[in-house]
Amino acid sequence: MITAERKPLSEFKEMIAPYRKVLVVGCGSCVAECAAGGEKEVGLLASALRMDARTEGRDLEIKEMTLDRQCVYEFIDQLTEFIDQYDVVLSLGCGAGVQAVAEVFPRAIIVPALNTTFVGETKEAGLWVENCRGCGDCKLGFFAAVCPITGCAKGLFNGPCGGSQDGKCEVDSDTPCAWQLIITRLEESGRMNLLDKVYPPADWSKQQGRGPRKIVREDQKI
Amino acid sequence: MKEESRLKNVLQGGHFAVTAECGPPKGADPKAIQKKGKMLKAFVDSVNVTDNQTGVVRLSSLAACALLLKDGLDPVLQMVTRDRNRIALQSDILGASALGIRNILCLSGDHQSFGNQPQAKGVFDIDSMQLIQLVRQMRDKGVILGGERLTEPPHLFVGAVENPFADPFSYRVLRLEKKVAAGAEFIQTQCVYNIVRFKEWIEQAGDCGIPEKVYILGGVTPLKSTRMAEYMSKQVAGMDVPDEIIKRMKSVPADKQREEGIRIAVETIQALKGMKGIHGVHIMAIEWEDVVPQLVEEAGLAPRPTV
Repeated sequence: MITAERKPLSEFKEMIAPYRKVLVVGCGSCVAECAAGGEKEVGLLASALRMDARTEGRDLEIKEMTLDRQCVYEFIDQLTEFIDQYDVVLSLGCGAGVQAVAEVFPRAIIVPALNTTFVGETKEAGLWVENCRGCGDCKLGFFAAVCPITGCAKGLFNGPCGGSQDGKCEVDSDTPCAWQLIITRLEESGRMNLLDKVYPPADWSKQQGRGPRKIVREDQKI
Repeated sequence: MKEESRLKNVLQGGHFAVTAECGPPKGADPKAIQKKGKMLKAFVDSVNVTDNQTGVVRLSSLAACALLLKDGLDPVLQMVTRDRNRIALQSDILGASALGIRNILCLSGDHQSFGNQPQAKGVFDIDSMQLIQLVRQMRDKGVILGGERLTEPPHLFVGAVENPFADPFSYRVLRLEKKVAAGAEFIQTQCVYNIVRFKEWIEQAGDCGIPEKVYILGGVTPLKSTRMAEYMSKQVAGMDVPDEIIKRMKSVPADKQREEGIRIAVETIQALKGMKGIHGVHIMAIEWEDVVPQLVEEAGLAPRPTV
């Protein structure tokens, strides 16, 4: 999933301050799973904004909406009948959602309420961990399903650096050394031979592309 | 005729090599590096110049090496993959050779979060293993990544580092073996304080026949104080300072601790010299380069051979 965290109120409050009618739009997918931009968070944020306006004696009108997916046109279209009635859209979608909404409604003013952070997994209640950098060239099959690009602070492809100690990363003692994990798993499954060869330099063009990357699938076109 | 690496000649001549680390200044003044070079010149075979060590901005390793070369030293250019992508790395490899630098040490580099630019983007386009392979490919095959031919290959003696004290310990010899397979011709190790563990590591390496394929220089860093010993032990990742060493430093009054640190370093150099599979020492006297002549003399390694 794509994870995100809500920005502090003070950061976007200033951006929506000139407007009286605010459409707060959440997303029911990834950012709902990571408790940043789902229906519940939309409600909480709207209440906070109302309370803040009341305290300051400002007139504020808010409508709350949560789309199943803020990055897919079919769902964004649900905003069509309301968008002109509001001065500003405060989006609790990820960066993809914010931009997709803006593209459908180019004249609308869209303000992001989240900081989109990473592709990761829900490790436990209240803990999300990054585990994919979307490099476009998955190598997990060689590395015992531990991503060295994401899991190793230096993104090393050929073994641990000199700072790996007691299974921890030198950069952060709360983070496991990805290479310790890779080696332990490969040792346990008798596959250490996978590390024999020097893994060649990565093809970062698959990650960086020439500007934004695209996936084109003829078989999916209507 | 192209000048050869003195370090390579010393090692190939069967001498026990002595190299010292030389940290460039935090400023543009060439005198700081020239002064260090002058002091070290008669006592070491080569001088190893750090590349923005611990992620702290300093005068560039390449420029410092060029200054040292001009003063008649044999510099080892440290090159980390943290700050430069493959375009810049390959370009600097060619530049180093063109300037007459004949040694390169390939590292991934300390993570940028440790330095004075923690908000920098860590490049890590390639890793240290790939850098070793790349320099060898450029030198031996005369081609860059992607296969394009060079008009003139770089002439460099290729080194790498290994930390026998980091984890997973079982993998450390395999990793050394991999660096040798990638093309490393000399290895510098992390600072040795735990002689027992280091011996275990070099014996394991010996069982794999590694010391016959690569020159290994043991790292030595003299301790200045008990505080430094404790700091190295607790704060520096991958550093193994046994309790006996800390106790030994503590057992002498503060004003005698430098002398004790020097004594430990001399003993370590002598222990390394007696170890099968060790071909030299690399002295890393952090911001204390002026102690190097004393260490080399007391360890009985002066004068240095002429090669």
